[in-house]
Amino acid sequence: MGYPETPIHVDRLNRIFTLSESMAAMAPITLSVNGKTVDVDVDPRTPLLWVLRDHLQLVGTKYGCGIAQCGACTIHLNGAAVRSCILPVSSVGNQRITTIEGLSPNGTHPVQQAWLEEDVAQCGYCQSGQIMSAAALLNQHPAPSDEEIDAGMNGNICRCGTYLRIHAAIKVAANTEA
Amino acid sequence: MALIQTTYNRRSFLKVSAVAGGGMVLGFNWLAAMDLEALDDVPESLVELNGYVKIGADGTVTILSPNPEFGQNVKTSMPMIVAEELDVDWRQVVVEQARFNNEVFDRQFTGGSQGIRRAWRGLRMAGAAARHMLREAAAHAWRVPVDEVTTADGVLYHNASERSAGYGAMASAAATMPVPEQVQLKDLEDFQIIGTSQKNVDGHKIVTGQPLFTMDQHWDGTLVAMTAHPPAFGMRPKAVDDAAARSMPGITDVFTFKTFEDGYERNYFDTNAFPELVAVVGNTTWEVMNAKRALQIEWEPIEALESTTDHDARMAEMAAKPGRVVRRDGDPEAAFARAAKIVEGTYTAPFLAHNAMEPMTCFAHVTADQAEVAGPIQAPEFIERTLSARLGLPPEKIDIALTRMGGGFGRRAYGHHMVEAAVISRQVNAPVKLMYTREDDMTFGAFRPAYHATYRAALDADNNLIAFHVKAGGIPESPLHANRFPAGAVDNYLAEEWSLESNITIGAFRAPRSNFMAGVEQSFLDELAEAMGKDPMAFRLELLERARTRPVGEDNDYDAARYAGVLKLVREKSRWDEEATPGVSRGVAAYFCHNTYAAHVLDIVVEDGTPVVSRVCCALDCGIVVNPDAASNMAEGAIVDGIGNALYGSMTFEEGVPAHDNFDTYRTIRHSEAPKAIDVHFVENGIDPTGLGEPPFPPIFGALANALYRATGTRMRAQPFAPHLERQM
Repeated sequence: MGYPETPIHVDRLNRIFTLSESMAAMAPITLSVNGKTVDVDVDPRTPLLWVLRDHLQLVGTKYGCGIAQCGACTIHLNGAAVRSCILPVSSVGNQRITTIEGLSPNGTHPVQQAWLEEDVAQCGYCQSGQIMSAAALLNQHPAPSDEEIDAGMNGNICRCGTYLRIHAAIKVAANTEA
Repeated sequence: MALIQTTYNRRSFLKVSAVAGGGMVLGFNWLAAMDLEALDDVPESLVELNGYVKIGADGTVTILSPNPEFGQNVKTSMPMIVAEELDVDWRQVVVEQARFNNEVFDRQFTGGSQGIRRAWRGLRMAGAAARHMLREAAAHAWRVPVDEVTTADGVLYHNASERSAGYGAMASAAATMPVPEQVQLKDLEDFQIIGTSQKNVDGHKIVTGQPLFTMDQHWDGTLVAMTAHPPAFGMRPKAVDDAAARSMPGITDVFTFKTFEDGYERNYFDTNAFPELVAVVGNTTWEVMNAKRALQIEWEPIEALESTTDHDARMAEMAAKPGRVVRRDGDPEAAFARAAKIVEGTYTAPFLAHNAMEPMTCFAHVTADQAEVAGPIQAPEFIERTLSARLGLPPEKIDIALTRMGGGFGRRAYGHHMVEAAVISRQVNAPVKLMYTREDDMTFGAFRPAYHATYRAALDADNNLIAFHVKAGGIPESPLHANRFPAGAVDNYLAEEWSLESNITIGAFRAPRSNFMAGVEQSFLDELAEAMGKDPMAFRLELLERARTRPVGEDNDYDAARYAGVLKLVREKSRWDEEATPGVSRGVAAYFCHNTYAAHVLDIVVEDGTPVVSRVCCALDCGIVVNPDAASNMAEGAIVDGIGNALYGSMTFEEGVPAHDNFDTYRTIRHSEAPKAIDVHFVENGIDPTGLGEPPFPPIFGALANALYRATGTRMRAQPFAPHLERQM
């Protein structure tokens, strides 16, 4: 039972972000979030996660580890799953950001519907990230194999242990989309 | 129909009042209806329960769910029980999370798998009493005998006169009816909601990312706070240079504070190894996170700095000495002296971190004369007392909102984070949201203790089991339950325990003590069955048959027939007795804790040299199952969690410093490592329900160890198992 491959391998946070005691100056940054253009005035090194949560009040994207190991902060950049907790906001540019709030109008995305059908959640905290990873996986593999689901979802930890239902829901969503 | 007395004592009352715009509110407090038998691993003061119903003039039925929700699904299943007896259409029910209020509700506590068990009767009474008062109101209005008024799906009927009215139309009048002194409950076969699978009432909010958790709450003017705690158990801050942190953008305050004042007498849940912390307060999370890391703190040791290597050596020393005898049947020493063969096994497990996905967090707004807090907390009653003492405010001036918890597993019974948030809020004179980083969360303490157990069994020349001996201990507590199986099934039985003190704090962790004892006991029984040449399933059933028909001793804390019942069910459902499938290695384990019986058969196949859990078959006896699909989900989660902790869970220490502080080195089970299939089966017996959050968890450790032995030839006696497997493969 070897350590599974996770989609993103990173070093520890304090080695990623070289912190100086004088933070970089605040800078106006324009982002495309859930189809809208928004302007924020932040330190350009701020991870996108905290810009979403603290500045834009999009709190569906969760903090879990801060080092891209748990997947709770997963969002889409141009439709691909990205860990927002280690992504400096300055590196986003004009890429399209999609958060759980913008995945669909009112929870109608096939993955969200499948999550409800399988009644996946227990505490629910990790599920935004799980859903965003699953939706990106299905963008890439519309009919994923078990192995593709395993590989695509191994970066998202669920401490309640709902993995089997997540797996089943992804298959339901794949069939819905097909 | 069962007629039950709504017995009262001085604290027991029904509160009925009309609400603005019509309708009624029924509150209840039926302490006397609750049995007071001792709880499993929960302080005895937590014995009470309550609930709450609101019916609007428009017929809307709102049911408040009293207990804190952390994924065990009580926010759905508790209101289902009220709705059943109220006789309403579940689809018309709106569920609200109650705030903490021990004037109206009792036992707003999440822990010990007691939520449904303790609430069962009171929630039914709430629904039934409200229904009765609605029928009385209709009888008055229609001038017919109340016995002729029937209900269905939230509508009152008088069939003879062909009259009907929705609950909403009668709700205001119902509020003026006398509270019934006795109410009739439905027969089990008349249940229409209980026993049906209903979806999580918060499912839509979860999948659309709405702000459900404390971490998500936002109030205008709220500051973000973080704390720095010592890097090692046994240390405190000596000198703080906060000049750099203070000068960083967005930072409003940096100060050192004490969570508890000197001389404060802590309650059961005031666990905290670090009385003095450094707070950093500012405008945004990222700014505060950076400023915290710019703090220059000199720490000083004030107690011993403990290491795991030393712990292990001291535990081995203790295990070699006589322990404190907690149970003795027959003459075990004599039986061991005349044994033809002695089977022995020593088992160990490390400290574990809970690692709930939402790190510890709390919102607090404390002013001179009141405190408003919202936080993930399993034991709000205790934290209210602590906050009252710390803030010098009477309990009625402290308002606690029970926000949905992003996991808990026992960790959130300990509310130091709420005290910290409150103290910081008062100091900075503003509402604050306290946030732990993952590193703060994983290294703060309240861990599952480290444990050690040695089992011995004596066999006579005919391979009969003649004596059984367990000696168990841990840091800082013994995991032993003196009167658990196989006590009661062996003539000569000896149980001893010991413990070692430590300054590393521990806390309840999903099925405290059982989470170790079940796995090791069930592993040893497997070793014993092998030594006796018996099928492990048949051997367990043989012991349970002995305990059922001719029990040894009188204090055995399990029902041997129900215990055997789950084993028989799992034997049938897993097709245990059929010819083995080539390549599949099976392990069985069963356990009783928290009033519920659980048995698992776990199958392993080896793929490319790696053991893979291909299937787990689970049988449970928790009496009536309120919400079957959600109950299965709970069991599936417990199985995955147990396999993960058995394989990977470990927290070690060097000179007081926790060796792991995030998920890059603290390994947790991931998607691809979960069993490929889990099927959950329930014994159907109509017995009043017991809990499920914990019971399926402990025995899976044993089922996994036993299957791994058959797959690999190696007994897994030391947790975590994965390092042993990796060396071997």
